Amino acid sequence: MARIAHDTTHFSSNGVIVSDFKPGIPPPVGFAPPITSDPPFHEVARRLLLPAFSPKAIRPLEGSTRALCRGLLDGMLAEAGRGDIVDAATAYSQHIPVGVIAHMLGVPPEDGDRFRTFIHRILEKPGQIGPTDTEDTMVFYLDKVIEDHRREPRDDLIGYLLGLELDGEPLSDSHIIGTVALLLIAGIDTTWSAIGASIWHLAQNPEHRQRLVDDPDVMPFAVEEMLRAYAPVTMARIVAEDVEIGGEQLAKDDWVLLPFPAANRDPEFFDRADEVVIDRERNRHSAFGLGIHRCLGSNLARMELRVALEEWVRRVPDFELVPDTTVRWSTGQVRGPRELPLRLLRTVAPTGVAT
Amino acid sequence: MRIAYDRAACQGHNRCYLLAPELFDVDDEGYAILLVTGEVPPELDDKAQLAVDNCPEYAIELREV
Repeated sequence: MARIAHDTTHFSSNGVIVSDFKPGIPPPVGFAPPITSDPPFHEVARRLLLPAFSPKAIRPLEGSTRALCRGLLDGMLAEAGRGDIVDAATAYSQHIPVGVIAHMLGVPPEDGDRFRTFIHRILEKPGQIGPTDTEDTMVFYLDKVIEDHRREPRDDLIGYLLGLELDGEPLSDSHIIGTVALLLIAGIDTTWSAIGASIWHLAQNPEHRQRLVDDPDVMPFAVEEMLRAYAPVTMARIVAEDVEIGGEQLAKDDWVLLPFPAANRDPEFFDRADEVVIDRERNRHSAFGLGIHRCLGSNLARMELRVALEEWVRRVPDFELVPDTTVRWSTGQVRGPRELPLRLLRTVAPTGVAT
Repeated sequence: MRIAYDRAACQGHNRCYLLAPELFDVDDEGYAILLVTGEVPPELDDKAQLAVDNCPEYAIELREV
């Protein structure tokens, strides 16, 4: 898998989600640069965006992310009322990445639900969605967001993109729309999945929840271990030239998958590969991919996952799965819980008083 | 211990920067910058080992002097 991820000559990123249709925009640019781009254009497109997603650029977003998580927990626990059952996927994890991205794009938080509709058309049912009302499409929506920002310049990610130049010219609207489409497609279901899968794991492992409550220094290791064990993303490539790999002959235009979740459980690379070791110290996982397409938003995703778990275990230190209910997982190349009913065993009021 | 970092292999995963900020900074694009030349201060040996053991691109090497 690492060989394919590093071999951008034989394996093109022009298509990263397997579908019956070949992508309409040819290499090296592709539909949503840089994730769908190949060298040499890839580096040009990626370097434009790297500064906006470096660890130092992401750090200032931590406070608003924490406030978002706290607000969601307040709402979720208020909704639960006297009952003790909540759905962590629909009441909590789902709203975190869309809230963070709405904040970054400078659009109202309630637009988040629309983002999910846009991306589900692309991710979960590629090519299967019939005609849609033009005004309800992602391109129409983003056109308007860009127009608003042109009229009234703001210091947010759209403002940053409008200020960029490529070959001495401002980025075209289609480049900006493609870039934002990429952030929505790559940043929402993926992070939702990672947060949900981690909470699902903790619901079944009381000793791990307790460890996180007792020893907050373990959290950075726990975050990477959750990413290793429950890596939400599998990427695809399109074979660019006939090639042999692992004894298999692949033909030009074949699709191949990069199963990061499987690689992360390879016993040749990890001790106790199938076991969650909450404080694992040797962890070269590839949840964010390998090579030149390393997830651009990995610092953002990692921060969201850490803050989401920190805030969850602070308010809800004890919880479990509900017998005879179903945890529903997504289908497709992004894997995570979409319905996650939990029973609250102990909650802590925001002031720290146990209830 | 001597530490070496291969900028060409680095893809900006930032694991070293998170685990060993005493040894690694990051530039504006998120690529690592090794803060020490050659020898690791002995009190940072464990942190250096963590950085090595968590780099997905095998871009960091640690050798006995």
